[in-house]
Amino acid sequence: MISTIVVVGGGQAGAQAVDTLRREGFAGRLLLICDEPALPYQRPPLSKKYLSGELTAERLPFRHRAFYDEHRIELKLGSRAVALDPRAHRVDLDNGEALTYDRLLLCLGATARRLTCAGADLAGLHYLRTVADVTLIRAAIKPGSRVAIIGGGYIGLETAATCRHMGCEVTVLELADRVMNRVVAPCVSEFFEKEHRAQGIHILCNMQVTRIEGAGRVERVICADGSETAADALIVGVGAMATTALASDAGLACDNGILVDEYCRTQDEAIFAAGDCTNHPSPRFGRRVRIESVDNAFEQAKTAALNLLDRKVAHDRVPWFWSDQFDSKLLIAGLSQDYDRQVLRGEPASRSFSVCYLKGEELIAVEAINHSKDYMAARKLIADRARMNLAKMANPNLALKEAVAEPA
Amino acid sequence: MPRITFIEPGGLRRVIDAPIGISLMEAAVQNGVQGIIALCGGACACGTCHVYVDAAWFVRLEPREEMEEGTLECAWQPRDNSRLSCQIQLTADLDGLEVTVPQRQGAM
Repeated sequence: MISTIVVVGGGQAGAQAVDTLRREGFAGRLLLICDEPALPYQRPPLSKKYLSGELTAERLPFRHRAFYDEHRIELKLGSRAVALDPRAHRVDLDNGEALTYDRLLLCLGATARRLTCAGADLAGLHYLRTVADVTLIRAAIKPGSRVAIIGGGYIGLETAATCRHMGCEVTVLELADRVMNRVVAPCVSEFFEKEHRAQGIHILCNMQVTRIEGAGRVERVICADGSETAADALIVGVGAMATTALASDAGLACDNGILVDEYCRTQDEAIFAAGDCTNHPSPRFGRRVRIESVDNAFEQAKTAALNLLDRKVAHDRVPWFWSDQFDSKLLIAGLSQDYDRQVLRGEPASRSFSVCYLKGEELIAVEAINHSKDYMAARKLIADRARMNLAKMANPNLALKEAVAEPA
Repeated sequence: MPRITFIEPGGLRRVIDAPIGISLMEAAVQNGVQGIIALCGGACACGTCHVYVDAAWFVRLEPREEMEEGTLECAWQPRDNSRLSCQIQLTADLDGLEVTVPQRQGAM
């Protein structure tokens, strides 16, 4: 009999899991442990409309407090789970409280990767992961501020676009030879670099940061080539790492994330995990993956909730991602590793195009720039493991869904 | 406060008094309307806040933009009166708006 379920982590996955548990009829005691003081909230707007001030804090939460009350979900806001004892089925909180569970779900999320160079501890250096982080950034910048951003990934570029929109002088320092190099094709990187430069952002690639200097607070960033970038504020977006300490300290196996099976189960039969913190098998892609995305957190949490209730459902979805930068939207479906060829549909100069990735004839990923139609079609085609007709696919005037190969 | 009616996939009518200035999607999500998922939070990137708008109301809304059109085209069972609820900003004029939530959401 499952009478108490404890969910640790109030991000996208944790908030979804408690919702699904109640909708699926779990009537026992249900607790959600959130280390931040706010009601569980959406993170994607943090680097965009929340940073710019267009979206106020009261519009960030997924649900009103009344929703949790009505569904008898005990929220422990501002409480951190500090220890887990799998044998005793017990989680200890930082306020001294000890909670026992029949089933436990870990939705620990990810933590911003920290800079380790000299000066990384100076005031004026910011990471962007939480509402509190953004509150600090907003207080540190104003129109005309010189903002340096380390990292030309999603966070770095979205933040760059927002800060520029707010009137700041923005420089992005990227280690690789192009922005977003881990997630998009070179022509997509080039498109976004041009967009940013056209808006007056300085994008500098091949820049290895060696140290941060300043008298008590950040004043400049020094790179290996000897260059100096002056900064009133410095924002670091160099990736994230799965948050696993609670699990690994308790003896659960972790390797770039908490290891779970397709049913979201850890090694311990009473403990499940979902979201950014997990390393899970992807039957669809034939390997283990760790995915940082809203979609994966949501879907895996839903699946975990069902499995917590002993309904055996495997997590096997096509991941998708998006990024808003100025008025351009990057939409990605699938995972582009292990492909045989890329097919460009349309011209980047038209500001609406897509890059399709094929393994053999099978569509495995699509990057769509201002092209929601190709992106939405791709999500379906990838899920269906559709085989494509190359010649048809290369014709941008033909809808992607019409470019499926005739059955052999 | 415009009063909005959502007809959930199970047929339940949910009547919500929503503040103006937020989107129809936000009104649905904050009140836990069944079937409105809205994963991307209003970025027109997921196609999971699809609704069918009552015909009399449909023509009174701001028209769909290209991104919304593209997303809806491959959403689950799009119809002429389909909208992404994240693209509809609530105004006092929308008092009485009625929308139906489809049985499924997402790329189909």
